[in-house]
Amino acid sequence: MNRPSFVWKLYIAAFYVFLFAPLLVVAIFAFNASPFPSPPWRGFTLAWFIGDGSAFGKPGVLMDPIWLTSIGNSLKVAIPVALLAVVVGTVNAWVLERAEFRGKTFLAMMMLWPLVIPGVVLGISILAFFSRVANGLEDWLQTDLDPLRPGLPLVILGQLSFILTISTLIIAARLRKFDRSLEEAALDLGASRARVLRTITLPFLKPALIGAGLVALLMSFENFNTTLMLVGSDAPLPITMYGQMREGASPAINAVSLFLMLGVGGIASLFALTSKAEA
Amino acid sequence: MRSAQRLTLFLLMAPAVLWLGLLIVLPHVEILILSFSERVAPRVYAFGAGNYLEFFTEPLYWRTFARTAIMSILVTAITLVLAFPIALYIARVARGPTKAMLLLLCLLPFWVSELVRTLGWMMLLRETGVISYLLRMTGLADQPVEMLYNDGAVILGLVYGGLLFMIVPLANALESLEPAVVEAGFDLGGSRWTVLRRIVIPHAMPGIVAGSIIVFMLTVGNFATPVLLGGKNGLWFTEQIYAQFITRFNWPQGAAFGMLLLLLSSTIVWVGLRLTGQSLGTTLRQA
Repeated sequence: MNRPSFVWKLYIAAFYVFLFAPLLVVAIFAFNASPFPSPPWRGFTLAWFIGDGSAFGKPGVLMDPIWLTSIGNSLKVAIPVALLAVVVGTVNAWVLERAEFRGKTFLAMMMLWPLVIPGVVLGISILAFFSRVANGLEDWLQTDLDPLRPGLPLVILGQLSFILTISTLIIAARLRKFDRSLEEAALDLGASRARVLRTITLPFLKPALIGAGLVALLMSFENFNTTLMLVGSDAPLPITMYGQMREGASPAINAVSLFLMLGVGGIASLFALTSKAEA
Repeated sequence: MRSAQRLTLFLLMAPAVLWLGLLIVLPHVEILILSFSERVAPRVYAFGAGNYLEFFTEPLYWRTFARTAIMSILVTAITLVLAFPIALYIARVARGPTKAMLLLLCLLPFWVSELVRTLGWMMLLRETGVISYLLRMTGLADQPVEMLYNDGAVILGLVYGGLLFMIVPLANALESLEPAVVEAGFDLGGSRWTVLRRIVIPHAMPGIVAGSIIVFMLTVGNFATPVLLGGKNGLWFTEQIYAQFITRFNWPQGAAFGMLLLLLSSTIVWVGLRLTGQSLGTTLRQA
């Protein structure tokens, strides 16, 4: 088995072509000087990035308010999600790794649960539950509770419901490797609890905190299933892309996708670097 | 001191309890209740199993459900067969930097949004797309070929989306296979096929289970790939849930569909774990 046959090698090569073909096609046709994202090749252009719409009737990504607003909406969701995922994930990891109490195994299992629920079901259940809460509270308080209605705040909650599991797992894995005698030494030397946390524990956790934040940012930015159910009138990027793909998009969508690929490549290499520091 | 410790523990557990309570448990209780409520008059609801009856009596609903389940099993099987040689190569043949690079190259496309990957397949497969164009250029076809909006395209897109989640657990499981065991198999006169069937595959079983469960869950719950690559012929069950909730605003019916999807997904996961005696925690960690 250690000398791979020619057929096997050929299969591996074909597999990697298959893996990258769709991404390459998307990237290449972002530069095609044609109003449609399809062959033939009509020459190189940057119009789908920075064009003002004079060449093909539709503007490039960086000039189109639709795309810019969507990217802005995605950031409005992804940044709070990433920050909350890191903070709450750290507290959860602490509970899982440090605390001793009855029912801990049960709590740990519950924390894994969101991963086996389909995203669409997470979306509708949160939508229905928060609508009921909003209806009840509005009758009682006689005010409008818009954050509980479909919209970006609800998208944040929906995405957190499963991203918290991921961030908790990443941070808990790092906390497990921590040598507690370091903390005890610092306490013996007269440091306060807060100071130990700030100067010993958190610096040790830092790679995992950054890693968890980046993964959360990425998952939030790219989440589609849960977001689709909870979105109001402000569409984050994946929702806009989906809409454009259904009705036939201009190559501007290829340009957006290329930005996404570059962003993902950047974040993935940052994550690889932080997890290498962790190992 | 003891009560102070208790208070600390309580405060530390508060975020987890709020998260699981408000975002997971109560919302699921809500759709469970919702799924059993029937509209008897405008804005008046009563308890009843009507939404589930509707599912069994309307052929479109249960056929879409069965179709989603069967196609997901098919997609999982195809993904497993396609991924196995790759995982075996990465785990057993490739060495050093080549190995790291092969694995990294597998990971990269999956960090990219599902929608970008689907866009790529749409551009390749559609009538005016790249493959159709190349076929005409090389004279293999004399008119545009439409390869989008059929079951083949849906399966292709779903298999593509599942590959990574199969390769990683498989490669992890195969990594620990002792080379001496494989050699012993050959020395005892086993053919390649016998060694694969009697030694390699049994050893990879935890990875096979983990990968299959994850791919199945992702496939059943997928929305964008079947809708975009299948078009009107996509007919995926998640689309029915979306239609009831967002388009028709019939939440009780949509909630019943959601419970059924959850049931399908959990049942298959549970059966898979049971058949192979694995636990959920270790399975998820494999991935």
